[in-house]
Amino acid sequence: MHIDKDLVAASATPLVLAILGESENYGYAILKRVRELSEGELEWTDGMLYPLLHRLQRLEYVTTEWRTPPEGRRRRYYAITDAGRAALAEQQRQWMTVTRALDDVWRGNGGLMTALGEV
Amino acid sequence: MDDVESQIAEWRAYVAKAPAVDGRDVDELEGHLRDQIAELDTAGLTADEAFLVAVKRMGDLDTLSREFAREHSGRLWKQLVLSGEDEPARPSNGGFEALVFALAAGVAIQVARLIAEYPDEQPGWLLRNATLFVLPFLAAYFARRRKVDIRRWGLAAAPIVLVALVVNLYPYPADSATELLVALHVPVVLWFVIAYPYMGGTLGSHERRMDFVRFTGEWFIYYVLIALGGGVLLLLTSLILEPISAELPERVVEWVLPSGAAGAVIVAGWLVESKQRVVENMAPVLTKLFTPLFAVMLTIAAATYALSGVTGAFDRERLGLFDAILVVVLGLVLYSMSAREPSQPGGLADQIQLLAVVSALVLDVMVLGVMLARVGDLGFTPNRAAALGLNIVLLVNLAGTAWLSLRFLRGRIAFHRLERWQTSYVPIFALWAAIVVAVLPPLFGFI
Repeated sequence: MHIDKDLVAASATPLVLAILGESENYGYAILKRVRELSEGELEWTDGMLYPLLHRLQRLEYVTTEWRTPPEGRRRRYYAITDAGRAALAEQQRQWMTVTRALDDVWRGNGGLMTALGEV
Repeated sequence: MDDVESQIAEWRAYVAKAPAVDGRDVDELEGHLRDQIAELDTAGLTADEAFLVAVKRMGDLDTLSREFAREHSGRLWKQLVLSGEDEPARPSNGGFEALVFALAAGVAIQVARLIAEYPDEQPGWLLRNATLFVLPFLAAYFARRRKVDIRRWGLAAAPIVLVALVVNLYPYPADSATELLVALHVPVVLWFVIAYPYMGGTLGSHERRMDFVRFTGEWFIYYVLIALGGGVLLLLTSLILEPISAELPERVVEWVLPSGAAGAVIVAGWLVESKQRVVENMAPVLTKLFTPLFAVMLTIAAATYALSGVTGAFDRERLGLFDAILVVVLGLVLYSMSAREPSQPGGLADQIQLLAVVSALVLDVMVLGVMLARVGDLGFTPNRAAALGLNIVLLVNLAGTAWLSLRFLRGRIAFHRLERWQTSYVPIFALWAAIVVAVLPPLFGFI
């Protein structure tokens, strides 16, 4: 299944914040987690994650730190802040509303799908 | 594996070329690439294949660097040449257009001068309107460069027309103080009007506002440089022509100076846009050099005033001088802000700057105290009202800056907040200048 690129872009911020909400992490591991969660359906261009992370840092949703774990190479770790958690909660509310609305209209009779079919 | 190492090095060098991607980012991206390669290795791919897949997954580097540029427009300011949709690489960088607009401004001011018969006659309308013959051309130049649509052209032109009406419909008697104030503030109002076309017909974006603040600072540097060069040129020309006729040099200056000064406004604007890197190196040097010197000067002055008391030495018309000091300090703050990498932690330079700001504030508060205490028995004149208003506007800005710098130096907030404070404050300066132009004269009965 191909997911529309606008949808991928829109979901990127809540996804990254949610993943960082689980634990602090570095870029490559965040991407792996995205693939895992979406069972490979969400196709991200790897590089694009970094400008996004830097934006979140500017907005003070995440903090970063360069660290070298005992085994392995130096990496930049990102951790969610309180402001980030608040933003995540807000995103959650918005996404819930959207999915609920879609859900309702798709299950209801003569819903969106039929409407689209008539066009 | 050596082969892959050299391939990674090549890739890295290529990524590092992008203006908005700095060294730490390249490290981060390289780390990502290596993680990916290592994982693909264990999945059984050969080193070569693993490298290719990893690079492919990383994505198209042009798109990537554009994405970085969008996030770090401050870095991009260092060189605005991005290949790609935003700024197509074209042979013309606006130089010809700039020249046309510069010529137009030069002609416009010359015509105005001839009509006014300046300098034999010195009518007040010329003084009030001088920048109205110049800055609209800069606004038009940016509107063209940014390719704004018709509606935005209108929105950019409307305030200029409004200023022209206000400036010319008010009845000023001869030698009016408010007229002089208006003449001083019209350029400021018009400058903020230029912000609209400069920012491509947007006003809300804080990033674009910061770009405009940078533009203002660097335009100023260029303008001063051009003025110095032009001054030397005019001086030499006058000296050469003097033996022919004693009056000739004067005539040359009369004709060349207004047009030159007007044209240079647009040329400087064009230079800021196209030769970014030159000034980029200059602003940090200037700030590094002058911030400590100003800090020392202001600290000594504040200490002396505090010890000797302000009342005796303070001449009440001197408030303008303290406005100038605050403007300079604000200028230093803005220059250093535009020259610094926002993610960098605070250091000695920031502390020195904070010292300068705080000293200026202390100095100013003492002066203001005296001033306000005396206003009761002296009353307001237009000059005093304008100086006092500007002083308060600047004081609030710098107090906010000092407070946020302190919090930033303590690691409480990100540097970004400081930028936000300044960019949010920009409209207040514009508003104040507009008040002086439009409200102050009728308030004081145009005296």
